[in-house]
Amino acid sequence: MSENTAVEAPIFCLSEEHEHAPGGSTLLGFWIYLMSDCLLFAALFATYGVLGGSYAGGPSPKELFELPLVAVNTSMLLLSSITYGFAMLATYKGRVLATQGWLLVTALFGLAFVGIELYEFAHMIHDGATPQRSAFLSAFFTLVSTHGLHVTVGLIWMATLMVQVGRRGLISENVRRLACLSMFWHFLDVIWIGVFTFVYLGGMLR
Amino acid sequence: MSAPAHDDHAAGGSAGGANHGSLRSYLTGFILSVFLTAVPFWLVMTGVLDSKIATEVAITTFAIVQITVHMVYFLHMNTRLEDGWSFLALIFTLILVVIALVGSLWIIYHLNANMMPGMDMSQVP
Repeated sequence: MSENTAVEAPIFCLSEEHEHAPGGSTLLGFWIYLMSDCLLFAALFATYGVLGGSYAGGPSPKELFELPLVAVNTSMLLLSSITYGFAMLATYKGRVLATQGWLLVTALFGLAFVGIELYEFAHMIHDGATPQRSAFLSAFFTLVSTHGLHVTVGLIWMATLMVQVGRRGLISENVRRLACLSMFWHFLDVIWIGVFTFVYLGGMLR
Repeated sequence: MSAPAHDDHAAGGSAGGANHGSLRSYLTGFILSVFLTAVPFWLVMTGVLDSKIATEVAITTFAIVQITVHMVYFLHMNTRLEDGWSFLALIFTLILVVIALVGSLWIIYHLNANMMPGMDMSQVP
């Protein structure tokens, strides 16, 4: 063993890179994007944590938040998570129509979530609780609407993939895209756990 | 244990791992999530616990458990995914998140305490 290595020239690099399937590293890359998105939300949560008690004489969370509405909203997002899971199960079984159907159900739950959130915002702004009113409201609108914007982008992505799957079927590229959107969607639900716990429920306890 | 995962990775390439989740795991995660969401709402809406601190600790604990449930049952996170790189990125991010959150709250709390109106600045050495 030692005689052979002494004779051969040492090799410091791979002469030929071993094969990677195309898109093989996409999921890890997308996961790292999600982690960087997580840092964005951490910054917004920290801002809310610092400013959440500065009402500037304006309305407080207790006067603004309606927990039953938030509970409905939370259940919409939770239901959309499980239906997206069903879409992925249909995807891995190669069922095009079932995949599209579950994606449609997921998108409807997502739309309901965005709709309820916009209704809540409109209600608050109508009552004079605008983002300009106090530091608490600035931080609240920034954090919650950034999450809502992510959900909206997820919905656009979902509509795109429904068309893609319809036109090309469940080819490996589409399965990969669906898996990425799956991570994105479940990640948004994880962020929402933080929002309803610390912003809404925590706000009622202040 | 690692051999079948490697085969799957090489053959499929599309999913990037062996862990797709099953109907059973999704339903388990969903039922746990419903429970872990309902209890904090119930605690706050009815005010069962007398002290606010106890309620805050309770809902924070429920949130942490629910985030873990989502990670495991919906995002299929485990220490073997992508040869452990996903988990490593997650741990690194968690550390940064904790530093950002705890650091901000801690520092600004002290700044607020020092900037209270009515504080007599001449007494500060």
